[in-house]
Amino acid sequence: MTSLRTKFLSGIAAACLASAVSAETIRWGGSTDINSLDPYSYGSTYSLAFLNHVYEGLVRYDADLQIEPALAESWEIVSDSVWRFHLRQGVQFHNGAEFTADDVVASLTRVTHPSSPLRGNLPAFQSVEKIDEHTVDIHLIGAYPLLLNDLTNIFMFNAAWLRDNDSELPTDFGAGVEGYATFHANGTGPFVVEERVPDARTILAVNADWWDEPQHNLTRIEFTPITSAATRVAALLSGEIDFVEGAPVQDIPRLEAAPNVQVIEGPSLRTIMLGFNRRDTLADGRPNPFNDLRLRQAVAHAIDLNLIRDRVMRGRARVAGALVAPQIPGWSEDIDEPIPFDLALASELVREAGAEGFPFELTCNYDLWVNEEEICSAVVSMLTRAGLAPSLDIGPRAVQSPKMTSGVTDMFIFGWANEPMLDSFSILLQVARSREGTGGVFNWGGWVYPEMDALIDAAAVELDRDARLEMQNQALRIAREEMLMVPFHQQGMSWAVSDRVEYVLQQADNKVRHWLTRIAD
Amino acid sequence: MIVFLIKRLANAAVVMLIVALMAFVIFRFVGDPVEFMVNEQTTLAEREALRARLGLDEPVMVQYVKFVLNAAQGDFGISYRNQQSVMRLIAERFPATMELVLLATLISLVVGIPLGVITAIHRGRWFSEGLQFLSIIGVSLPSFVIGILLILVFAVTLGWLPAFGRGEVVRIGWWTTGLLTPSGRMAIILPAVALSFYQITLVMRLVRAEMLEVLRSDFVKFARARGVPARLVHYRHALRNCLMPVVTMTAMNIGALIAFALVTETVFQWPGMGLLFIQAVTFADIPVMAAYLVIVSFIFVALNTMVDIAYAIIDPRLRDAHS
Repeated sequence: MTSLRTKFLSGIAAACLASAVSAETIRWGGSTDINSLDPYSYGSTYSLAFLNHVYEGLVRYDADLQIEPALAESWEIVSDSVWRFHLRQGVQFHNGAEFTADDVVASLTRVTHPSSPLRGNLPAFQSVEKIDEHTVDIHLIGAYPLLLNDLTNIFMFNAAWLRDNDSELPTDFGAGVEGYATFHANGTGPFVVEERVPDARTILAVNADWWDEPQHNLTRIEFTPITSAATRVAALLSGEIDFVEGAPVQDIPRLEAAPNVQVIEGPSLRTIMLGFNRRDTLADGRPNPFNDLRLRQAVAHAIDLNLIRDRVMRGRARVAGALVAPQIPGWSEDIDEPIPFDLALASELVREAGAEGFPFELTCNYDLWVNEEEICSAVVSMLTRAGLAPSLDIGPRAVQSPKMTSGVTDMFIFGWANEPMLDSFSILLQVARSREGTGGVFNWGGWVYPEMDALIDAAAVELDRDARLEMQNQALRIAREEMLMVPFHQQGMSWAVSDRVEYVLQQADNKVRHWLTRIAD
Repeated sequence: MIVFLIKRLANAAVVMLIVALMAFVIFRFVGDPVEFMVNEQTTLAEREALRARLGLDEPVMVQYVKFVLNAAQGDFGISYRNQQSVMRLIAERFPATMELVLLATLISLVVGIPLGVITAIHRGRWFSEGLQFLSIIGVSLPSFVIGILLILVFAVTLGWLPAFGRGEVVRIGWWTTGLLTPSGRMAIILPAVALSFYQITLVMRLVRAEMLEVLRSDFVKFARARGVPARLVHYRHALRNCLMPVVTMTAMNIGALIAFALVTETVFQWPGMGLLFIQAVTFADIPVMAAYLVIVSFIFVALNTMVDIAYAIIDPRLRDAHS
């Protein structure tokens, strides 16, 4: 028995020694695992943000979310549809290869291949041409103002590495083959992948030969996905991890009270809103009353946004009136005035629209937005008080999404962050515009506003930034007047760090940038 | 014996085929994987093209037959979420789950059998009744609650044991084990204890019921009459006669533990098959879900078959009935 106890205690001692990490390692407890080491394999913003530590694009966002040069040093517009990029010289990939124009050609060809799930990230791309070792021309299908925004998210591979490992095409899991790039990485970024065990850990080590001046003092990032929120919080409290990017809202007071943990909060770019079915008839064949502007206004006036913010979101949201957050170009203060809560007016409008006691379904997920289930329950009771008869259809995202995209829902919850463009053109093109070509992919209600479409199409080819933003602002104004959607709030984001972390930058796009993180000595 | 084995193998194949068929019928309700794979800027046409390339636009029966034909050749396809071969994914996770399940089984036997004996021989005493009452709590508490409680006490408050993960692992051939490293041994304690709770109760109650039966039998009375010490009577003679059903139940329940491990693995971020399956469900990763269900059903059938064979060897009457 004695020997057993000794063994047990020495086991504890050994574990303590093992967890005594060096000063420059940050232990990150992720809310989910990344899908793959291949940034072009799965449309996940989370994976892309993580892989940005390893791979880099031609341009990147700086600390104020403004675009700055990265692997491209400068660029110019040759003609409406041709952009020329001058590449940074002396940049090395992790395997020692030099970064050249061939790498840009191979990377852009790969991401725009028909079987690439991320093709949509470069909507205006036509072809890429090498001019010399450090210059490329990107040809577009026409004038397109947002190429730089798109390129922030397009990472550069090494052409020779792709060729040697038979990975020049994106991983095609339809064909039943594994890709080399799924398990191996070779970028130019500030960190090198040292080890990856899916669902267990991904270890990054600092890249000593990084071209940029490091702002961070990290030598290692140990990323462990901890999908259970309660366990993630426990691991942070017990000092097993230093950083979480998904602190659950209900645990924030507890984390704030802990002496060794600090919570970092802020409103994100993501606006949560309600959308309506706008076809002539609803999915079950009844005539659609939501085409009456008065009914849409009634819905907006019936919802008490402040109450949702204070009770459901526990104060961790910013009440909104516009479809985009203030940081998103195209926003202006006058269209962001929240629609006032006025139950009497709402009931009156419902009566005028002849929709008293009208039964319909509100479709929600429970695993997509912050406190989504509670928001939807609150909305159902608020609309019931205004004289409507809503019922709640709630389920996991995997089940609810197909219903929303196929347009069989009467009313649905919706969230949009304008990722990765960070420009209101994103929501206008993909949500507000009627369905055609690349437009209106998320136009789930089937609405058509020719006046708004004209503004969006004009903005799509307007290279003058101010003129373009003016058009987009007008389109957003029409959306507000027509009550295209009922905006609720920008949901909050909450990160938490242990006392070992001296500085971590949280930006409104909710992406982790550990190449700016500092650990206390 | 050979006829018996062939029959059982055929049985197993039919069970797996039916499980796979049911799985494919259910998959229509788990949602659309394409929704997760593409990003926000993908057009409708591109989404449709991806769906067609994955064969998701085909009727359920066609998808099912394709799956069975490929699976028969050992090819379960590529995971949508991880882009890895499903077979490899499951093979990588299998050791983690097995270690957890076997350790939990061991704990349940080591703790459950003595508790069962004690509650049987001290029937009616306060501590025996108290243990009985506690065991009801053990059965009724959901395993995620037990997991969270253990984490709160041993990881957060006391800081003795890690709250998540598997620690350092050592690779032996294709098997990985955490039992050979200190951090791996520390990491397995909490999940194994959490998983064994239900099983401990089960073993304890079974042993108690069997013991009460055996303690009434004549040979125990004779042993007592001869003056054999009580300890020997209870632990050598009586207990041995109780163990057969306990061993059977334990073996059969390994399958159930693998299924239960799903919750425990999620709470402790234990990188096993259950965690893989839960995440496959969240992301509608059909190839992984299908393969997991088929493989787990195979494990169930295999365990049952082994128990039957063991019975046949032990009890000649059963063997004769089959041949």
